[in-house]
Amino acid sequence: MAEKENPQNEIDEISGVETTGHEWDGIRELNNPLPRWWLWTFYACIIWAIGYMIAYPAIPLIKGNTPGLLGYSSRADVAREIEAAKEGQVTFLDMISQSEVSDIIANDELARFARAGGQAAFKVNCSQCHGSGAQGSVGFPNLNDDEWIWGGSAQDIYLTIAHGVRYEEDFDTRFNEMPAFGAFGILSREEIQTVASYTAFLGGLEGGQDSEEGALIFENNCAACHGPGGLGEPALGAPPLNNAISLYAGNLESIVAQVNTPQHGVMPGWTEKLGDTVVKQLAVYVHSLGGGE
Amino acid sequence: MVCRADAVECIIHRRTGWIELTEIKAKNELVGNKARCSSIGSILGTTLMLEEKTDAEQQGIKRIDVEAVNTAGVREPLYAARKKVFPQRAKGTFRRLKWIIMVLTLAVYYITPWLKWDRGEFAPDQAVLIDLANRRFYFFFIEIWPQEFYYVAGLLVMAGIGLFLVTSTVGRAWCGYTCPQTVWVDLFLVVERAIEGDRNARIKLDKSPWSVNKLAKRLSKHAVWLLIAVSTGGAWIFYFAEAPNLLRELVTLQAPAIAYITIAILTATTYTFGGLMREQVCTYMCPWPRIQAAMLDEHSATVTYNDWRGEPRNKHTKKAIAEGKNVGDCVDCNACVAVCPMGIDIRNGQQLECITCALCIDACDNVMDKLGKERGLISYTTLNDYNANVKLATGPDGLVNPKNVRGKNGRLVDAVINANWRTLIRPRTLLYAALLGSIGFGMLYVLSTRDQLSLSVLHDRNPLYVLLSDGSVRNGYDVKIVNMENDPRTIELTMNGLAGGSMRLAGQNSEPVGTLQFEIEPDQVHPLRLYVQADPDDLAGKSEIFEFVITDIQNDESAVARAKFETP
Repeated sequence: MAEKENPQNEIDEISGVETTGHEWDGIRELNNPLPRWWLWTFYACIIWAIGYMIAYPAIPLIKGNTPGLLGYSSRADVAREIEAAKEGQVTFLDMISQSEVSDIIANDELARFARAGGQAAFKVNCSQCHGSGAQGSVGFPNLNDDEWIWGGSAQDIYLTIAHGVRYEEDFDTRFNEMPAFGAFGILSREEIQTVASYTAFLGGLEGGQDSEEGALIFENNCAACHGPGGLGEPALGAPPLNNAISLYAGNLESIVAQVNTPQHGVMPGWTEKLGDTVVKQLAVYVHSLGGGE
Repeated sequence: MVCRADAVECIIHRRTGWIELTEIKAKNELVGNKARCSSIGSILGTTLMLEEKTDAEQQGIKRIDVEAVNTAGVREPLYAARKKVFPQRAKGTFRRLKWIIMVLTLAVYYITPWLKWDRGEFAPDQAVLIDLANRRFYFFFIEIWPQEFYYVAGLLVMAGIGLFLVTSTVGRAWCGYTCPQTVWVDLFLVVERAIEGDRNARIKLDKSPWSVNKLAKRLSKHAVWLLIAVSTGGAWIFYFAEAPNLLRELVTLQAPAIAYITIAILTATTYTFGGLMREQVCTYMCPWPRIQAAMLDEHSATVTYNDWRGEPRNKHTKKAIAEGKNVGDCVDCNACVAVCPMGIDIRNGQQLECITCALCIDACDNVMDKLGKERGLISYTTLNDYNANVKLATGPDGLVNPKNVRGKNGRLVDAVINANWRTLIRPRTLLYAALLGSIGFGMLYVLSTRDQLSLSVLHDRNPLYVLLSDGSVRNGYDVKIVNMENDPRTIELTMNGLAGGSMRLAGQNSEPVGTLQFEIEPDQVHPLRLYVQADPDDLAGKSEIFEFVITDIQNDESAVARAKFETP
């Protein structure tokens, strides 16, 4: 890319046009005149730009910017769009606020709306503990499966979300407490080991061992809440123990720990923060995840 | 009558005999008769020569006073105003061809949206429709969905290769005959000619001061132009909606705003480009001339002035011959320049501005006919043939002399190479044609054998699996069933290769089953949310590949999609 100066303004033989003196690998640039309309287009663009600067927000100032004569603002545009979207949702939201959760689910269109809203609210408020796919983690139940500590009907799920679990600020909160069999000295170390093994056996976990002794301890101490054979009792919030699903780690060690000194998870009630309509949408969403009864 | 002097223009008014003298720079012609010329000459103290009628003029060929817009040697300021071009009407083979192509292309443009094609009750019956709202493109028997946009990419590839093919054979034929800019400018020129007359009348009108007549002509011309422009924009929108409905809405002012905006924009561009800017669009705005020129080779036919038989051009051939000078066929009548819609002189060689519309060939052929000479002084010629002819015309002295290509009878010798269709066939063009054909047929084959029923499956990412209380595992899938037929169908969904697997639709608390059956809508994607359940003890590994199979129970058409089943 050799660029040569050409003070003589050489004339190109073929076209008879003066060259600019710029040469790139033997190709010389002709100094052809631009069409005049091109110049006018250029001026028109400048005038347009000036008009545009006056009409629209343009020049940055120390604080903010010039507002423009038309008073246009993209923020206001977005606000208007959100407003319009919210207006469009009003009918559905009204219907939701006046319906039972089960009625919402029965209405296909309304259920789709509620599910979408519930999914959004879940991502913001629930996923921190229950995971973005509602898959749960140790101590936080998986909401996709078919085991429900406090019941899996739409209404049960709604009540759980609305009032929370062991949420002291809500009088109607789900509340239970498993006795600390070890810490309170109700069961001895050996007994705890035995009943934990038996419980692991009920759930088909590794290290589980069937024993008459264990069955007896279970019968006397655990079955009152967890039901005979560990069936579970949603009314008391006592999870079933006779299956592979565990709230905690799901091994012998964690069962021993739980029997000895139980952990008690807390979930806040959401009505106050999100309002009843959103809670209903959340219930519809959680119910739709595959385990809803 | 013209007589010449240096730097003086003398106009003798025919009736009064009054003499006007004006000093001019470039022009050096005087109008008058021989006696007047000499008397004026004596008044001026200079000798004025009477210019005789040229030989061509004596044969009825009038010399046209015209200069090419890109004439060499005239220095321009930094910005140059458009030089007005007043193309004269041409007559001949290529003009006829251009009329035919113009009528055909305009007819295709205006009529296409009104053609009907029956697709049953669930799809529109407009033959060509770009349905943006529903994201469908209908073209007669073809219906394209948005995910099949690669067909459009294929069409663009074909258009590219087609451009290579056309350019390497017949040069810028696209520019000269079929480009919308060319066709519409032609149409606008027809209107201009009909209202204002041919070249000379138009120049006269342009130079004349404003009068009622001029105003009326100009107003009616621009009115008709605008009418054409509006109908051009108007026709465009019918490709995007059902034409009869849209026309009704347009007329009753109930069409969507975008329809009116589109018409307004296309009206403005058509009017400006076709009526006001014309050759400026091709020369300054279009990238095509630059690209196309780069694709020409020495075998491509281009509109060529055959200077080996035309030069030296001479207005007074007989006199020149008598003086023993070389004389070419060109009588310098400027007919080729006058008909050129780009306003250039083809005799200056191949130029960027030339759209190869070949009207100069028609103009020159007419002149050659009148002179009794062979046609083809300007012709479609390849660079190779041109060079061969130049070689033929080059004498032993190394100079080109048109005598060398003329036999004793004064006719062109047989060795002169004329345009030959065989130059069209050569490896390069054959390769292009083969590529074009194979892509075209390939696409047609794929298009005609594509599945009208298809299935896609997306496994849930989070959670990958869900352990259920009975020890079985559940996986969630988003399934989409595509029905490209314009009829509703009953579909059976089964699973293949997942031992003990069963499924149910999400949102229904029914028992999982092995087979599902449901209706799907015509020309739609039917989304499903599926839960598949299996016992991990029945499976060989931690994750299992299996298939979803859908079958149309009426005609057994089926589609398969692979999926994975994950366990803890």
